[in-house]
Amino acid sequence: MGVTVPRTDKTAAEAIRVEGLRKSFGPHEVLKGVDLTAHEGDVIAVIGGSGSGKSTMLRCINFLETPSAGRIVIAGEEVRQRPDGGGAADRRQIERIRRSLGMVFQSFNLWTHKTVLDNLIEVPVHVLGVSKAEAVERAKTLLARVGLAEKADSYPAFLSGGQQQRAAIARALCIEPRAMLFDEPTSALDPELVGEVLAVIRGLAAEGRTMILVTHEMKFAREVASHVIFLANGQVEEQGPPEQVFGAPQSPRLQQFLRSVG
Amino acid sequence: METLHLLAYSPPGWGATLLAGLWNSLLIAVGAFGLGLILGTLGAWGKLHGGPVTRDLLAMYTTIVRAVPELILILILYFGVTDLVNQILIALGHERIQISGVAAGIAVLGVVQGAYATEVLRGALLAVPQGQVEAAKAMGMPPFLMARRIIFPSMLGLAMPGLANLWLIATKDTALLAVVGFSELTFATRQAASTTKAFFTFFMAAGVIYLIITLLSGWAFARIERWARRGEPRNAGG
Repeated sequence: MGVTVPRTDKTAAEAIRVEGLRKSFGPHEVLKGVDLTAHEGDVIAVIGGSGSGKSTMLRCINFLETPSAGRIVIAGEEVRQRPDGGGAADRRQIERIRRSLGMVFQSFNLWTHKTVLDNLIEVPVHVLGVSKAEAVERAKTLLARVGLAEKADSYPAFLSGGQQQRAAIARALCIEPRAMLFDEPTSALDPELVGEVLAVIRGLAAEGRTMILVTHEMKFAREVASHVIFLANGQVEEQGPPEQVFGAPQSPRLQQFLRSVG
Repeated sequence: METLHLLAYSPPGWGATLLAGLWNSLLIAVGAFGLGLILGTLGAWGKLHGGPVTRDLLAMYTTIVRAVPELILILILYFGVTDLVNQILIALGHERIQISGVAAGIAVLGVVQGAYATEVLRGALLAVPQGQVEAAKAMGMPPFLMARRIIFPSMLGLAMPGLANLWLIATKDTALLAVVGFSELTFATRQAASTTKAFFTFFMAAGVIYLIITLLSGWAFARIERWARRGEPRNAGG
């Protein structure tokens, strides 16, 4: 590809730290103590079978899911939690932290009643207090970058899945996040549309953005990730640099998983 | 047909009386619908996000109001509440007051509308895709802003058919206020008809006026629904 893939740099500042994360849905424990650290510039790929807890883990980082136990520390600041385990204790703190994390969903989740441009400027204008002119200019630059300059005034439903996901990535970038969280960004796409979305993510990785990427695209994970985490049964089964995880898997579970996904 | 001249605007025609009645009817319908929307929005929000006490109280409200015939509710609320207010005023050493017909009508029908609107809006809120809300949450939107800019607009298209029905019910429920002697369209019509004995002419005229209101409302609501659903590929309005 000719891009310099960033490698884990332990001297860089810490962007995201997850410690002892547990999450139960009723009696079913989905996450059984997961640890993860992303430094600035890291691209961490999280892989694992369905039900391994990888999406839940990602959604716990910005408290879309409430952790049952464990600590989440974003750029050195720990998210304060209610002692009863009922979620974030300080609404303003979690809102501020969420604004430092750009989340991209499997099903895009663009706001259907707003045009693509209005989706992009919504939070900058109404939450961050950016002037409309400035937000529009920035949004247009980002749309051009993801190849959607001419779709600014379209409603999301009139776009293909790949275009919607690229717009959703641009929307997440509009809040100038410190790190990006990708939750299976290509899983809902037709196969021929996967490439265009991966190309955008690859570009972000190449410019040194910190990101955690939950994905089923093994080839892509191997190509862009600086660090790969394999989740199985709610625990980190194995992790390391991509060439090691994919090239010389140690645990039988990972070996079997990699065989099953081809 | 020789009685048609009785519909003329100025006496001996009763047109002015009918139009005054129509004005009162519309005033009350708009007021009651508006009040119903406010109560319904609060009610739906409370039913979905309130504590157990709030939810129980709202369940009582919507159940009772929807179970009792509107005519009886109007009699209870109009006479009962007026009486109650006056008894309280007298107990506090104030004069009796005459509650304005329009205010009472709006209050009574608004409470009825609120109960139905609670259910219409609750259904529409539940139908808003979770992803719309999550995207707003993940970007750190505060709850009130999210409700106003994301949830409410997403819900509007889903709620429009139910709200259009409620509006039409509001316009016709104003006729029930005739029983408490309030001079809305139906009351004015009855007055004109019994004075002139031209029953057929006046009730036909009133029927045509209600029909015109309905047709105009249907057109207006279809436009609003098309606008509310502008982001959908097949934006067919009701």
